[in-house]
Amino acid sequence: MEFVIGKYNFWVYIVLMMIGFYAMIAKRNLVKKLVGMNIFQTAIILFFVSIASKKGGATIPILQKGMTINPSQYMNPLPHVLMLTAIVVMVSTFGVALALIMMIYKKYGTLEEDEILEIERNRK
Amino acid sequence: MNIQAQAPVLIIIIPLLASLINILIGTWRRDLCYPFALIVLGSCLLLAFNIMDTVINTGTIHYRIGGWAPPWGIEYVIDHLNAFIAVIVTSMSFIVSVYSRRSIEKELRASKIPYFYTLYILLTTGLLGITVTGDVFNIYVFLEITSLAGYALIAIGDEKAPMASFNYVVMGTIGACFYLLGVGYLYIMTGSLNIADLQRLLPDLYGSTVILVAFAFFLIGVSIKIAFFPLHTWLPDAYTHAPSAVSAVVASTMTKVGAYVMIRITFTVFEPRFSSEIIPMTSILGWSSVLAIISGSVLALAQTDFKRTLSYILIAEVGYIVIGLSVGNRAGFTGSVLHILNDAFMVACLFMVAGAVVYKKGSRNIDAFTGLNKRMPFTMAAFGIAAISMIGVPPTAGFFSKWYLVLGTIEAGQWVFASALLFSSLINAVIFVRILEKVYFNGENVSIPQSRDEVPLSMLFPVIFMGAGILVLGLYSGDIISSVIQHTVPKGF
Repeated sequence: MEFVIGKYNFWVYIVLMMIGFYAMIAKRNLVKKLVGMNIFQTAIILFFVSIASKKGGATIPILQKGMTINPSQYMNPLPHVLMLTAIVVMVSTFGVALALIMMIYKKYGTLEEDEILEIERNRK
Repeated sequence: MNIQAQAPVLIIIIPLLASLINILIGTWRRDLCYPFALIVLGSCLLLAFNIMDTVINTGTIHYRIGGWAPPWGIEYVIDHLNAFIAVIVTSMSFIVSVYSRRSIEKELRASKIPYFYTLYILLTTGLLGITVTGDVFNIYVFLEITSLAGYALIAIGDEKAPMASFNYVVMGTIGACFYLLGVGYLYIMTGSLNIADLQRLLPDLYGSTVILVAFAFFLIGVSIKIAFFPLHTWLPDAYTHAPSAVSAVVASTMTKVGAYVMIRITFTVFEPRFSSEIIPMTSILGWSSVLAIISGSVLALAQTDFKRTLSYILIAEVGYIVIGLSVGNRAGFTGSVLHILNDAFMVACLFMVAGAVVYKKGSRNIDAFTGLNKRMPFTMAAFGIAAISMIGVPPTAGFFSKWYLVLGTIEAGQWVFASALLFSSLINAVIFVRILEKVYFNGENVSIPQSRDEVPLSMLFPVIFMGAGILVLGLYSGDIISSVIQHTVPKGF
């Protein structure tokens, strides 16, 4: 039980990631796939942010001149910074994918993957 | 300001800014985009050669962004391998950009051309970023810049391109996310993102499960990006339906840079000792490569669409590169790095020939090649050279890298690997001889009068240059190995 509760942040991220992964693979609707992709990516953001935190009331202190710095008082800021970059990447991926979906919808008039395959098959 | 000292960062900044400026130029005068792209990519090419020269003469370059010392700041590290890949990337994108003008005019609407060149330069930026950086997270960011530009470039192709590109987005994102998770796991254990720093910190932690998981995430993530069997499913559709110029540049650079990332992860971040002893890499990667080579070749044989044939051959070629890495000896590694160069030339040449045939005949089908030796003699000559190089006939470039790869596999005692390589050469021979026969010996059956009808000079010249390049690379492969590649072999081989 300790294994589950003590490391609950990892469990949450794994469960979320698997939900996203399932949607990306199993869903037939392209928008649902895309939402799955977003959940998948968000899970990774949560993972990174959670590894930065510390037990025992660590925050992000505002440093003033002459203040002594105690590393146990503040959270590691680097994962947050990395995730800001990753969020930008993910938003742009989402944007590109949505633009693609618009193109697909204009061409086929549907976003269901099996219907698109059906149209392709009939075209041959 | 000393330009030479700033070259490692200029090679990123120039194309990055240029891709933005290009949009503005495009709104003003559409026809200026092409010369502008040529100037930008040409200056990148010169910078890459300059960096290569510096590395050969003075050794590894360390460039600190903003003056921050590593491991806190981002550091650009360029050694022989980086410089080698940077030269390949810039030359491919420059040569294909020369080729792109007429081909794109034919295949795209005129209003799309400025955006095409913007994305094209952005793709080059991302690829160069991956090659020069010495930071694992930075590699992720540039990997995504490359991929995003790639998704968009592929999507502007023919009817089926958006769907192919969407599948690529889904697969590519999974790959990038796995890579990011690998970075996260390494960061948890070491608290560092700098490659040199990781290399120093990791050996004490080799027993840890977290490190093994990180390695697995890295390997799977990169394998998706380079379309390594069985994670290749996105590649044939994407590269078949993309515009010809895009297929040529993407096929010849993206998988190669992905292979470079794989080399960096397996042999620099992790020591060769870890990759080949603690993890049974020879068996995992080696046997997957055997499957990649055999299935890629056999599937290529079954296609009637020429670009699709090439896509499957490319999957086999990725297998070649990985097999040389997996055997873990000097000859195999040399073969892999040499094959990155040779394969870039061969694949770019073949895809450009495919584009030339599409330009003149409007068809990607292999039957469109029938009797083309009279209509397009120069293009077909270049095609013939690239084809025999793919088969691996001396003195073309393809022979030498295959020679080293086979030597490497034999040295490692892996006879099955060696026979897979030879089997694939045989299949390639069947594929290309079948097409060459159509080109050169079926001319009599064609009823249409055959007069010279070559593609425009701006398309013909790059194709001929590549064909000649394959021969020159073959003749000078000894020099390339002694001046560059032998310095890239990691310690411990």
